[in-house]
Amino acid sequence: MLSQAPVELQARDVFCERDDRVLFEHFDLNLSGGALVQLAGPNGAGKTTLLRILAGLNHDFEGDVLFNGEPLHSIYPEYAAQRLYMGHLAAVKKSLTALENLRWLTSQWQIDEDRLVQALEAVELMGYEMTPCQQLSAGQQRRVSLARLLVVPAPLWILDEPFTALDKQGVAWLEQRLREHVEQGGAVVITSHHALQAVPGLQVLDLSRWAGDAL
Amino acid sequence: MSLVTATLRRDLLLAARNPGEWLNPLMFFLMVAALFPLAVDPDPKFLSKIAGGVIWVAALLATLLSLDALYKTDVDDGTLEQWLASGESLYALALVKALVHWCISGLPLTLMAPLLGLMLHLPDSAYWALIVSLAVGTPVLSLLGAVGAALTAGVRSGGLLLTLLILPLYVPVLIFAASAVYHASIGMDYNGQIGFLGALLALAVCLTPFASAAALKLNLSR
Repeated sequence: MLSQAPVELQARDVFCERDDRVLFEHFDLNLSGGALVQLAGPNGAGKTTLLRILAGLNHDFEGDVLFNGEPLHSIYPEYAAQRLYMGHLAAVKKSLTALENLRWLTSQWQIDEDRLVQALEAVELMGYEMTPCQQLSAGQQRRVSLARLLVVPAPLWILDEPFTALDKQGVAWLEQRLREHVEQGGAVVITSHHALQAVPGLQVLDLSRWAGDAL
Repeated sequence: MSLVTATLRRDLLLAARNPGEWLNPLMFFLMVAALFPLAVDPDPKFLSKIAGGVIWVAALLATLLSLDALYKTDVDDGTLEQWLASGESLYALALVKALVHWCISGLPLTLMAPLLGLMLHLPDSAYWALIVSLAVGTPVLSLLGAVGAALTAGVRSGGLLLTLLILPLYVPVLIFAASAVYHASIGMDYNGQIGFLGALLALAVCLTPFASAAALKLNLSR
């Protein structure tokens, strides 16, 4: 299901400041297929900011971020098709059903209706396809958003706190899915306070190592 | 189905599921026309003179009422971020958003206007001018308003700010449109005014999505 294109995400000497505070400086990252990078650090360390920079959504930084050797902004539409970004907001509309939400979330990849239904079944939302999401719990709404991980053919995943609101089974399912993706040659960048277990190629980066001083 | 058509479909579906959001401004529109003769003067001669202007002012205010939520929910629930992540142009999104907004505000206003004309004794010769001016003018209101909505989407209680920003831009539309209806009601030619409205619409379609896209980028890059 993954496209066989090589995945290589590089950050070189990235510097970012917010409100006169250096979030991180001289940050380097080399990520290729078959690896998972977990960004750690205390609240406010700039994990989400860094994730948005790597996803090409935030341009307010110095340094270079390269995908397969090209700067993100020059190949952005191509990059956008190759990476799946999931923010800490689930982007789930409350008055739409789970299926309608998933259809919109994956519409850029134009995925068959049957596969979307199968994905919802796999995240244990069987029978809820036609229920408006306002009647689902926070964890179930998160699952709607996570169902993307089963159908989107992007080799690079950038996930911001995907474990939020998930129950034990949900956490186990997501860990399993991350493991499969990495084993199939995909790459993942994730922020989480959750201790990931048994994922091959796991690398934990504590952002406070790159923290700067107040300006 | 591409993201653009999927968004168009999704937003229309959302409007169908939450009719309160767009019925409210329509009720406001209807109530202005119903209450105006009671409060001012029910004399048909007087009403027929001011009908076009009253209908247009009510349509403009009803549009303003419905603008606040245009981008706000999308910013708050992360939908806009997902759009940006998709690599699809924000220009297309801004056009889709304005189009959907017109479908649920300008279009029903245009369709309801003849009823209001009847209530306010609009002269027979002015109905066509009223409908055409609304059909051409309300898309301009949606497109201009979308820029203000995009700018204030990240601001808490940005409704007042939105009104202050957008109202001055609405004035030319109001002047040409009300003048078209008035000229039609006294039997004069009104092609010039409709032509101006058409020019404003062409300009707005080409330019305002750029402004909306830039404003959304500002909102999202924080």
